[in-house]
Amino acid sequence: MLEATGLECVRGECRLFAGIGFRLGGSEMLFVQGHNGSGKTSLLRMLCGLAPAAAGEIRWRGELIGKLGEDYRRELCYLGHQNAIKEELTPLENLLASARLADEALAEAAALAALEAFGLAGREHLPCRYLSQGQKRRVALSRLVHERRALWVLDEPYVALDPAAIELVARLIGAHLQRGGLVALTTHQAVDVDARVVRELRLEATASWRAS
Amino acid sequence: MLKLICAIIARDLRLAMRRRSDLVSALFFFIIVVSLFPLGVGPEPELLRKLAPGVLWVAALLATMLSLPRLFADDHRDGTLEQLALAPQPLGLIVLGKVLAHWLISGLPLALLAPLLGLQFDLPTDALLMLSVSLLIGTPALSGIGAIGAALTLGVRGGGVLLSLLVLPLYIPVLIFGAGAVDATLTGLGAQAHLSLLGALTLAGVFFAPWPTAAALRIALE
Repeated sequence: MLEATGLECVRGECRLFAGIGFRLGGSEMLFVQGHNGSGKTSLLRMLCGLAPAAAGEIRWRGELIGKLGEDYRRELCYLGHQNAIKEELTPLENLLASARLADEALAEAAALAALEAFGLAGREHLPCRYLSQGQKRRVALSRLVHERRALWVLDEPYVALDPAAIELVARLIGAHLQRGGLVALTTHQAVDVDARVVRELRLEATASWRAS
Repeated sequence: MLKLICAIIARDLRLAMRRRSDLVSALFFFIIVVSLFPLGVGPEPELLRKLAPGVLWVAALLATMLSLPRLFADDHRDGTLEQLALAPQPLGLIVLGKVLAHWLISGLPLALLAPLLGLQFDLPTDALLMLSVSLLIGTPALSGIGAIGAALTLGVRGGGVLLSLLVLPLYIPVLIFGAGAVDATLTGLGAQAHLSLLGALTLAGVFFAPWPTAAALRIALE
């Protein structure tokens, strides 16, 4: 379903990686590995269509993602480094607002249940700026509870979480894979995910300075 | 489509209400700048009446500028802008929602407050009314044009000053026809033509500006 060939990433004068390719089908997980600065986040942003690839192409169901545009974004859920939550809004408002912007119907009861699953019961109506770093991450991740879009792109989802929350996220990812969804994720933590097929992609230290 | 725009406006208004200090400081900036002129120029009604349209409109432009840098900067910093860019609707529509919300927060209060401040300049009633009307019609264009500048300077260090240099020259037509409408009422010429042109600028600003803004935002996100 998701297929990439010959991807190349150039940041300034430095080539981070080149010739990266993979195929990812339903119920499969792409595990992107690499040291800091090897271009993991850049690769995931390319997969979302946020950043253009210097070379190579990415196809979703056989079509270039640039051409699909909104049809691709309708099937994509991206969770980046930043939590994309508003400090002034409460966790509940954040969750409902992000669902509305993604054009999804999310009832208030379902949103409350998602927050409760992430241990945020009792804090639904507290502005997010009063929450800890880990709790903010939990608010961001609570989107995944009711997320049914096919492709999840998760950039370091486990950062700042405690072991219980990490296990919960891993369970959600496992359930998504069971439903036939696709997951592309990066992490430095060894976390067991219930996945039948895990495709590992290692971004080696191929960073090279281009001769100018 | 309308639902999305309404959702964006509702979110931005709620955020503005939680951060009322920004809103109030822009309003007070407007009040103080306008009030300084009668104090500086002196109590000559004839001169003040002549100055009033220009002073009030320039102060409105500057007050609008104050809130522009934060139009996209907050969303950019906390990652919300990425999510907006990945939403399954055109980014231009989302920008349109944000422009309308910006006008409700910055332009509308200015237009409602202006007649009160116009009293300091000894403006007659019909000119006060025209001041409010011209601001109501003209300020949406300021939000629209300003959005392009805000998107182009997103993530640039010292972007605030650059934004002013970029956007203020583009505000000149709005200023000319806005102040001109009030001036025409004062001299008894009728402001119909000025208002029509002001309306045209607003329609163009609000409905065409979101698309280049969206393109600039996508470049800023790369």
